[in-house]
Amino acid sequence: MSLSLIRLDDRLIHGQVVVGWGQPLNVGFIVLVDDEVRNSAWEQDLYRMGVPPGIDVVFAAISEVSRQLAAWKSDPRPGILLVGDVDTLAGLIAAAGNDIHRINVGGVHHRPGRSERLRYVYLTDDEAAKLKQLASNGVEVTAQDVPTARAVPIGEFL
Amino acid sequence: MSETATAGTIGVIVSHAELAAALVDAVRTISGVADALHSVSNEGCDPKALVARIETAIGGRPAVLFVDLPGGSCLSSAIRLARGRGELAVVTGVNLAMLLDFVFHRDLPPAEAAQRAVEAGSRAIRTPAA
Repeated sequence: MSLSLIRLDDRLIHGQVVVGWGQPLNVGFIVLVDDEVRNSAWEQDLYRMGVPPGIDVVFAAISEVSRQLAAWKSDPRPGILLVGDVDTLAGLIAAAGNDIHRINVGGVHHRPGRSERLRYVYLTDDEAAKLKQLASNGVEVTAQDVPTARAVPIGEFL
Repeated sequence: MSETATAGTIGVIVSHAELAAALVDAVRTISGVADALHSVSNEGCDPKALVARIETAIGGRPAVLFVDLPGGSCLSSAIRLARGRGELAVVTGVNLAMLLDFVFHRDLPPAEAAQRAVEAGSRAIRTPAA
């Protein structure tokens, strides 16, 4: 499959993704699944600004995932799929059927109601429960902010 | 207001890690101007929290938001705030040279101060003969 990384990261397209992962994976395209950004031209412009010209950016709503996933996976270029929150991640995996087997928790930062699980992972209890549910459904969930760090299995932080 | 002598457009530097704080410190050391710049780091906060940090640093004053990279979380949050607000302007690729020029031209309104900063910062990027 050519979606090399399926990542939960509330900063969406940013340096860690474009440089940190994009360089070693030689990424050719980034899929950003987010209902709000899908409907906002100026936000799409904003996220495109951080991406070098050689990398395509595709914006999709959760409702478009089931129709487009096969095309993303059969794209010959390595790709990264991003979601910004746990609910979108759960929606993505539901829409993908059994077609997503591994997800990377890359960054969910502090806000009121969340507690620290790792330096770069803060979750509410509800968000933690949803991630655990995905893992118990057979999805491999690990946390790793950059490729040079260790992939931390969900059992070690939740 | 006790800042009459130095009032004007302020600069808010938004960066990864401690870069912004280090730039503020360097400007103060070189120029002696201590109250023109404020630093914000994106360390450990989600995008909404970063917007709130920047808003707090702006404190309702006219400001140029100096961002480290031309993309990413710092720029996203800066533009989210500055959209449609004439009292705010955004500059990317912040460097020390543009900040040193900026602190002596704070009488300019934000959009003009931002343009001037871009020119001053660009002039500093060269390959001098060694």
